[in-house]
Amino acid sequence: MSVPRLLRHPWTVFLGRRAARLLLSLGVVLTASFAMIRLIPGDPVRAALGVDAAPALVAARRHQLGLDAPFLAQYRHYLDGLVHGDLGTSLVTGTPVAELVRTRLPATLEIAGLAFLVTLAVALPGGLLAAVRTRDGRRPRSELAFTMVTAGLAGVPDFVLAAGLTALLAVGLQLLPVAGAAGAESFVLPVLALALAPTAVLLRIVRVEALKVLGEDYLRTSRSKRLSPARRYLRHAAPNTATAALTVAGSLLPAMIAGTVLVEKVFAWPGIGSALAQSVVSQDYPVVQAMVLILGTTVLLAGLLVDVLLAVLDPRSTIRES
Amino acid sequence: MTALQVRDLTVRHHGPHGPVTAVDGVSLEIPPGTTLGLVGESGSGKSSLAHALVGLTPVHGGRVLLDGREVRVRTVGDRRRLGRLVQIVLQDPDSALDPRMTVRQTLVEAATVFHRLDRPARAARVTGLLELVGLDPGLADRLPRQLSGGQRQRVAVARALAVGPELLIADEITSALDVSVQAAVLNTIRDLQRRLGLSMLFIGHNLPAVCHVSDTVAVMRDGRIVETAPTEALLRSPRHPYTRALLDSVPRLPPGRS
Amino acid sequence: MPLPRRYLRSPMAWITAVMLASLLALALAAPLLWGAAADRPNPSAVLQGPSTAHPFGTDNLGRDVLARVLTATRPSLLLALAATLLGATGGILLGAATAVVGRRARRLLAGLINLLLAFPALLVAMFLAVVFGAGTAGAVLALAVAGIPGFARLAQTLAAAVAGTDHLAAARVLGLRRHRLLWRHVLPNIAEPLLLATTTAAGTALVALAGLSFLGLGVQPPAYDWGQLLNQGLDRIFADPLPALAPGLAVLYAALTFQLLGEVLAGRVARRTPAPRTPAPPPAPSERAEDGLVLQVEDLSVELPTPEGVIRPVCGVDLSLRPGEIVGLVGESGSGKSLTALAIADLLPEQARITRRTLRLLGADLATMTPRQRDRDLATGLAMVFQNPASALNPSLRISTQLTEAVRAHRGMSRTEALTQASDALRQVALPPTVLRARPHQLSGGQRQRVMIAAGLMMRPGLIIADEPTTALDVTVQRQITQLLSGIRRDSGAAILFISHDIALVGEFCDRVLVMYAGTIVESLPADRLATGARHPYTHALVASVPDLGADRDRPLPTVPGAPPDPLAPAPGCPFEPRCPRRRDRCAEQAPPLGDLDAEQRVACWNPVPVEVLAS
Repeated sequence: MSVPRLLRHPWTVFLGRRAARLLLSLGVVLTASFAMIRLIPGDPVRAALGVDAAPALVAARRHQLGLDAPFLAQYRHYLDGLVHGDLGTSLVTGTPVAELVRTRLPATLEIAGLAFLVTLAVALPGGLLAAVRTRDGRRPRSELAFTMVTAGLAGVPDFVLAAGLTALLAVGLQLLPVAGAAGAESFVLPVLALALAPTAVLLRIVRVEALKVLGEDYLRTSRSKRLSPARRYLRHAAPNTATAALTVAGSLLPAMIAGTVLVEKVFAWPGIGSALAQSVVSQDYPVVQAMVLILGTTVLLAGLLVDVLLAVLDPRSTIRES
Repeated sequence: MTALQVRDLTVRHHGPHGPVTAVDGVSLEIPPGTTLGLVGESGSGKSSLAHALVGLTPVHGGRVLLDGREVRVRTVGDRRRLGRLVQIVLQDPDSALDPRMTVRQTLVEAATVFHRLDRPARAARVTGLLELVGLDPGLADRLPRQLSGGQRQRVAVARALAVGPELLIADEITSALDVSVQAAVLNTIRDLQRRLGLSMLFIGHNLPAVCHVSDTVAVMRDGRIVETAPTEALLRSPRHPYTRALLDSVPRLPPGRS
Repeated sequence: MPLPRRYLRSPMAWITAVMLASLLALALAAPLLWGAAADRPNPSAVLQGPSTAHPFGTDNLGRDVLARVLTATRPSLLLALAATLLGATGGILLGAATAVVGRRARRLLAGLINLLLAFPALLVAMFLAVVFGAGTAGAVLALAVAGIPGFARLAQTLAAAVAGTDHLAAARVLGLRRHRLLWRHVLPNIAEPLLLATTTAAGTALVALAGLSFLGLGVQPPAYDWGQLLNQGLDRIFADPLPALAPGLAVLYAALTFQLLGEVLAGRVARRTPAPRTPAPPPAPSERAEDGLVLQVEDLSVELPTPEGVIRPVCGVDLSLRPGEIVGLVGESGSGKSLTALAIADLLPEQARITRRTLRLLGADLATMTPRQRDRDLATGLAMVFQNPASALNPSLRISTQLTEAVRAHRGMSRTEALTQASDALRQVALPPTVLRARPHQLSGGQRQRVMIAAGLMMRPGLIIADEPTTALDVTVQRQITQLLSGIRRDSGAAILFISHDIALVGEFCDRVLVMYAGTIVESLPADRLATGARHPYTHALVASVPDLGADRDRPLPTVPGAPPDPLAPAPGCPFEPRCPRRRDRCAEQAPPLGDLDAEQRVACWNPVPVEVLAS
């Protein structure tokens, strides 16, 4: 393929646009995380160290954070540090934040990723099944029950569920570990807490999308060919439902990653989220800054991953609409 | 009486694979008080042309002249000056009217864009407009969903006429209507054009319907005008092969035996 | 939003109303009733477990947890509402503005909304709460700002739908100013879904606020809300789960209330169309088969339940086709012509009730068959071609699959055999075999309709029902498709039922024409009699109202005054009577049957158009 044609190829255009958007968003995250410390009312160093801290120590920390330099120089210094993997130093413990991220990021990705997979695994077939069973106004009672139950479950806040589960299962029944990451069982509660509401949301959306597909002309065509129900639903309806369902699922992923902050706090899960929650309380701003940066970036990369996946699955619609 | 001249008009859209030229250097002319029919199949660019004339789509080249003066649509002021002279009626009877406004509200809004009217004058204007398009003035307080498709299109015509335009663009206004309803709307359009001395651009894909109301017919294909001729001449001796193909494709009832 | 009466019968609506009322009552009354108890420290009863005096225990200052949870209803609700309203106002204005501003500003706004949407609201709220400083005002402001992109996107999507309508285009051309477009035409038309979204968002804001307080970023002591109480309870959850459970349950209760309120307002809790209760009568065997008919239908009726009541869009239709015959079924929208076809093919939705005296396909009685047998007979004897080839083919399957799946399922053909036959079928419709590898979106409209016809030919059916097969196509392509169908009839001897609204097309292309009006067949005649021999006043008027290229353009086209009857209010007598220029007293009382005029023509009219009028 010649170079100009390659440049005009839909995939090139799609990836190019998507990359530009990612860079722009990353710029926002970088700037926001940088500006954060400077925007906080009052002196963050004194706030973290306490009002009784020795002025010399405060000045030293300020210098260490580069807060005494001119604004642009600070920004350059910040970016320079990031490029070299320097995310700053904790005001409270004095350890490098990069070290904290390295040890804690995997734990967060594990529960968020697992929760996402559980959501997909339950909601895609479940929503399709619900649509097939309640199509054309069949089983109105089941439909009402489905609507109400999923509405209820979608309204359950993850951290409240986490606290409730802890109270009931772990303390009351002593069945599952309630805190920390140790062994496979310890994943059950955090993943359940993160996945329940998104699963309910996605179940509803998949059902609605599947009902739309079931009402399409081509499903009537497949009925006019008298194909078996299994073939009609799995071969004709399911693939056309999947794209729309995955698009919505993709938009749930960032919220799931953000949800780890609260859920990890409840379960004392050794991830980014609980580190963020802790450092917010202790006003350890360099850590807060780095965690916001890391979580924000994770969200953006996850969004990119979902978009590219969708484009691979259904190049026609995704690439065109980008 | 207003004359419209279009010279080398070009309109491009953003497509999935770069810009698509929808209207490709079109020139046409509507002498004052006459109707130009524009006929073409889907994707021929006829609707893009209509939208461009009233500023709903940006123009990429060429000129539009009203009575010899260049038309501009950059600012709201420009658009308002254009709106006084040129109005458009569009295809879809389902979305032609604001679903939350009664016929009266719709017509009063249009009638008061350029003129102040007191309460009795408004009522009289609404009645007059409805009678003009052949509707019962008793329909004035209905909502669009209480009207049939043909009635909605008539109200849309009345709304366009409310500002007293001199050029009316009708973009596929009967395409979504049943044949018997289409006939009634075509009669109304023809009647209005004669009574008010309007200049008109009547766009459609149905050749017989377009010919029925037009003095001159232009045939459009792939963004270009392939043939323009007075209606009788075009029907009698089409010159372009595509015009002939279109004419041959029109279904005709077989002549009777009895 | 007016609440329809059906809510009165919905238990979920009642439950939601009670939950909402209880929340509001608590928010109003709790601080008055338990406010003092909630704030009274008791050093002798610090961190107690549940007891009769303190059902959920006490906190670290000896204050009653239950009283604190109940009293916290007011601040929790008020703050959530404040954040929602602020966020909704900002977001809606931002999003709706995209419909009325210029092209460049619109792209800029859309880009901004996209950018903000990439970040989850909770993360943004946390970030902003840190920046604004921990505290009530900071948290509310943070939540409001974090909610803006979501509302903006929703408003943008809804406003884009309004912006695409003809009435907004007309309003622009009228020269209305932007603020008027926004307030008068855009916002009122998107208000309902936005109100709904605001309800749900209030629940989300309540939860998010609790989350911020739970993290220590929201309400600061000595003030308190549910999130802060939950945080305090969590510290001692292993010793005492109840103090954590109580505020948790409160958040859950409020969140569920808002969620259910959204469902109720969206009308998803009330059942709409009640399914017909009476069981269908067992199908009686069809009347005697007439020899040599491909399709024999007598007295076919369809009943459909709609939200407004049961309608009968098809009533008492008779039709029959001989091998190799092309019959046109013509009528205007709502005449029941498509439903007739779907009823014959057994493709109507489940709620539809079909009755018929006779329904025979190729002589076999479809009424008395088992469903399995009927499926086989219909699959192999009847092919359907639908109106819109763009949507009748499955967009995600290759043409090869869509052509071969039926023969493989019903004739047990191998893949290779089926593919060979598919190439043959494509050749019959003048398409190259390479089309097999394509997907529908790679084909033009005309090509897709050819593929649909080829798929029908795969079964070598005795009958092809083509339901408006050319309506979605250009007029030049239409001619190709009708010629193709004529050729197929000639080569295969299949009968074709051709359904259309275009009486000229039907008259030109068919052997015989059935004219349908308001669910009944009003006239059946040979196609070559349409122009000058139509006897029913409706057929007569329909023929006359077609613009003719040769006609005198100075004379107005003949029209039919009035509108078709309301299907919800069927009147006795002839359905065309109110619009008929030839009506008699009898017409309003008694519906005319479809009676023979001669061997080839039947008409349902008490006073048909006389032949001498036609001749003149």
